[in-house]
Amino acid sequence: MKKFYLAAFVLMNAVMFAQAGQSEFQPVTEIPASEQMPSAPLVIAAYAFVWLAFVVYVWTMWRKLGKVEQELQTLSTQILQPRAARGDGAPHESAPRE
Amino acid sequence: MRKFVVPLFALAGLIFMTAPVLIARAPFAAGMGLDQKIFYFHMPPAMLMLLSAIFCGTISAVFLVKRRPFYDWMGYAAAELTVLYGAIAMVTGPLWARKAWGVWWVWDPRLTMSFLLWMIFVSYLLLRRYGGPGSEMLAAGLAVFGMATSPFVYLSVNIWRTIHPLTTVVPTLPVDFAFPLWYAFTGFLLLYIALMTLRVDIERQRTMLDQLYLESEE
Repeated sequence: MKKFYLAAFVLMNAVMFAQAGQSEFQPVTEIPASEQMPSAPLVIAAYAFVWLAFVVYVWTMWRKLGKVEQELQTLSTQILQPRAARGDGAPHESAPRE
Repeated sequence: MRKFVVPLFALAGLIFMTAPVLIARAPFAAGMGLDQKIFYFHMPPAMLMLLSAIFCGTISAVFLVKRRPFYDWMGYAAAELTVLYGAIAMVTGPLWARKAWGVWWVWDPRLTMSFLLWMIFVSYLLLRRYGGPGSEMLAAGLAVFGMATSPFVYLSVNIWRTIHPLTTVVPTLPVDFAFPLWYAFTGFLLLYIALMTLRVDIERQRTMLDQLYLESEE
């Protein structure tokens, strides 16, 4: 019985002093600046990434192109020119072209 | 290399340098604030990723039928650009979402399908890089599969429940928003054409080099 009264006393307090539940959202026109997430770093990061992606890609393209052109030149001077001098013809004429 | 590549790069560079001025002058979207400005660098590469995937699939299908190397070079270049433009869209999108949705990423139908499409073209590049001889045929088949996925990526926002903005947003944009958007789109498109030309030229020279090596060994 003593436990019953104790439990009833605790529950009564809970009912009497409990904070009322939120029944609706209160609209506000502006939230405090401290609550707002800054957008500028996100915008700058997005724009910077676009530039970075293109610069890196173009750089790799120029490197690949330079490498292939250099290899072509080396091959033509080392192998094909002596052949041409011997009168074997120019093999690169048969390379596929569009 | 084609002569018009350098002017194309210059023009695209000029657009990229002047676009931020137009974007800054464009009005703010209600409820979004400054974060909405990311949209101008997000939508054009995302749209070009889809168009590039469709182009890659189409040209790969032509390659499978005609077997001419030129179509393969174009398919390879388009796949690489699909991955590049897709990467830009995948990075700029979460930067916008962090503020707009409160999270970097959600497994939303549009985001998930875009990611899958991007992965298909990443696998195309991996196949070309490590697949060895004959991988161009397998990769072309994969590109056709990627192309078939593209319409679903675009329509996913209309078919399924999603938090991503719908396809009706862009066609109904007021001029103040639309002009900077299509201006930026033009820059991305010009850059796409320039990079495509450059990439195809590299593949053409590589094929020529392989041919020369073969002939020098004979």
